[in-house]
Amino acid sequence: MRPLIERRTTPSIAITVAAPAAATVLTVVFSFLFFDALGHNPVSTLHAFFVMPLSSLNGISEWLLKASPLILIALGLAIGFRANIWNIGAEGQLILGAVAATSIGLFYPDKESVFLLPLMILAGMLGGMAWAAIPAFLKHKCNTNEILVTLMLTYVATLLLSYLVHGPWRDPFGFNYPQTALLPPAAMFDPLSGPYRVNNSVYITIFAVGVTWFFTKYSFLSYRISVGGAAPTAARYAGYRESTSIWLGLMAGGAMAGIAGMAEVAGPLGQLSPHISPGYGFTAIIVAFIGRLHAVGILLGGLFISLLYIGGDAVQISLGMSSSVTRIFQGALLFFLLAADFLIFYRIRFVKG
Amino acid sequence: MTPRLELQNISKRYPSVQANDGISLQVMPGEVHAILGENGAGKSTLMKIIYGIVRADEGEIFCNGQPIGVHKPTLSRKLGIEMVHQHFALFESVTVAENIAISFGGKYDIVKLSQQVSEVSERYGLPVNPRSLVHHLSVGERQRVEIVRCLLQNPKVLILDEPTSVLTPQAVSRLFETLRLLAAEGCSILYISHKLYEVKELCDTATVLRDGRVTGTISPKKTSTAEIAQLMVGTDLPQTVKKASKISDEHALVIRNVTTSSEDQFGASLNDISLSVRRGEIVGIAGVSGNGQAELERLISGETTLNDAESIQLFEQPIAHLDAGKRRDLGLAFIPVERLGRGAVPSHRLNENAVLTAYRLNMVENGLLKMNRANRFTEKVIKKFGVKANGLESVASSLSGGNLQKYIVGREIEQNPKFLLVAQPTWGLDVGAAAFVRQTLVNLCNSGTAVLVISEELDELFEICDRLLVLYQGRLSQSFQCNETSLEEIGILMAGATAVGSDNTRTSVHASSD
Repeated sequence: MRPLIERRTTPSIAITVAAPAAATVLTVVFSFLFFDALGHNPVSTLHAFFVMPLSSLNGISEWLLKASPLILIALGLAIGFRANIWNIGAEGQLILGAVAATSIGLFYPDKESVFLLPLMILAGMLGGMAWAAIPAFLKHKCNTNEILVTLMLTYVATLLLSYLVHGPWRDPFGFNYPQTALLPPAAMFDPLSGPYRVNNSVYITIFAVGVTWFFTKYSFLSYRISVGGAAPTAARYAGYRESTSIWLGLMAGGAMAGIAGMAEVAGPLGQLSPHISPGYGFTAIIVAFIGRLHAVGILLGGLFISLLYIGGDAVQISLGMSSSVTRIFQGALLFFLLAADFLIFYRIRFVKG
Repeated sequence: MTPRLELQNISKRYPSVQANDGISLQVMPGEVHAILGENGAGKSTLMKIIYGIVRADEGEIFCNGQPIGVHKPTLSRKLGIEMVHQHFALFESVTVAENIAISFGGKYDIVKLSQQVSEVSERYGLPVNPRSLVHHLSVGERQRVEIVRCLLQNPKVLILDEPTSVLTPQAVSRLFETLRLLAAEGCSILYISHKLYEVKELCDTATVLRDGRVTGTISPKKTSTAEIAQLMVGTDLPQTVKKASKISDEHALVIRNVTTSSEDQFGASLNDISLSVRRGEIVGIAGVSGNGQAELERLISGETTLNDAESIQLFEQPIAHLDAGKRRDLGLAFIPVERLGRGAVPSHRLNENAVLTAYRLNMVENGLLKMNRANRFTEKVIKKFGVKANGLESVASSLSGGNLQKYIVGREIEQNPKFLLVAQPTWGLDVGAAAFVRQTLVNLCNSGTAVLVISEELDELFEICDRLLVLYQGRLSQSFQCNETSLEEIGILMAGATAVGSDNTRTSVHASSD
């Protein structure tokens, strides 16, 4: 008997569900060996990693607070990825969204207006879209590579933010710290409940999950751009325009990343500083792929990755584990998860000989 | 005498199909042995197993009585088994001799090799210039390069996979002479084909395959065509019924003096193309691929657009500036040669692929997909056109080439186009399916549709077309009424001779020296 790897004629639905479970089992086996070899008790380590962070309301609040921007950005990126538009500059679009929103929050004349927050959401969205429009325009007109342009624009955005908070927008009463003044209370999201940091912006993410799910499942527009992504020659054959894919793919990512940036300044941060994102724009790329570019998958993927990061922080503090150990563990888990995906599209069959 | 090559109970299974099922055959030294069968019968898989590209699940191969264990193409070469592939793998930008040197690997002496190429090509009547750059060569010449490459290895067994599909009738008879000479020298030849008349002319023995099984081992010269077809298809062969067509005066498609330059370095450019197709008429464009066929297809389908809107007209509307989608809105449909990736999205399911072009049949409402309508349409196409698939949710790439072609043909025809452009309608289809597609095209035309067929298969064009033109090096010949011209006349034009005489009367022809 020897094994043969065959492509499935139709992707297996049973395996689609079972793959994450298989990956979990493999991770548990791996972590027992790995943590045990390092002299940690595997059971208590896993407990500290995945259970402890969620066993308090504050822990759950932090979990959702981190998951929300990851999910939101990944939803936008997935629309582009389906169309083979590789926007990896969501981090820059997030920064521009935050900058645009802050400009409204700081300089809008009526600091108590009820329109302040909606205007900031709009500004954040437009800021992110404007930043994504640059690679879209260049790709449409000059056929530039959007991977390079979006990535490089992220550095430009970082420097632009740095210039603003060190220069013209620096809080005159901020003891020379490179940060803006705090946003007025009307420019901030209310907390979801009580003293916890997670705020009403999670409703935007939930809404976006629903809209994206509906859009990708039922709209003809999404169908057309996914054809362009999967088979560009077939799209040309059918007469679908490539420019639609380019613009929609980049604008969706820019808009969502911009809103995520806005929600950071109008939420946990309350002001601009040189480092407003711990790399949400890049991590969201992983979230989009773990979620298989599907809205519900991205929701779960975002919650999962968020827990993985929070758990990693928690064991560093509670068990004194080094950050490299937690990163190896995180990497192994992602590896098992993506490897299990292979079985959705392929199967292994044993034959004689 | 020990057989040169012997197969015993070869089986190979793919996910959705048993490609080979217990196949046994023997080939003697100097024998020309045909592997005959419809598309999807398992011919190509069997040849790949013999050559060592694909490994059989079960069964054994013997070469000169010795069993072959773990099989690989490199081992084939050591044993003297050579294969001329259906699609040539040549580097366009280097010379013939360099291409051959690359395929041999290792160190080489290009001057000596060129000399050997010349010798072999002279000896076997295969004119090839070792110093020509491959992109200058016609498809027929490229095939000769492949054959010469094989012959330089002194093969004991030569496998040819559908070698005549790209050749003019004249080139076919020249190829047959070469093969007969080779066989006389003791080389065994495995000749894969679905063309009965060729096999009858050339081969000593034929193994007929159907659905992966051997249905008969026959002597083709002594067996009647009907009998062989029966073995291949399982039923009697249908004939295309063509009524005297009612051609209207209404022009469906008119192209006026279009000249284009090719974007692709190795592509052809079109030179002063003028063409018209009327409703109820089937017009054929004969010619060997690479003479501007791909460019002409894109020009008509709308995958290429022109600034001068008037230069192409569809039902008297200027369309040259419109993209493919807008032309389809006006009643155009198009069946391309490339099924996977162009005619269908490989990773999409069949019902999703229905939406690709047939969404105009109410499959989209207010910007939203109506998949239940797409499903009904897909079911209809699968049933009516006999598509073998694992349901309407199988992904396009899981279908065999022939079945996907049937699906695309069905999808385009079921949209009731007013003008249909078809490229190689039966390329890779089995005898039964090809007959069905041809009949469908004829019926469509009888119902008033204008049909333009671009094909390399002359027999097919003569069978269904009212008029024929030849595309050679980007130029269209004058138009011939099918019943007033002959296979030979068109064949010579395909090979590059020019017809003399400008009227639509019979023309005298200068044969080219080629």
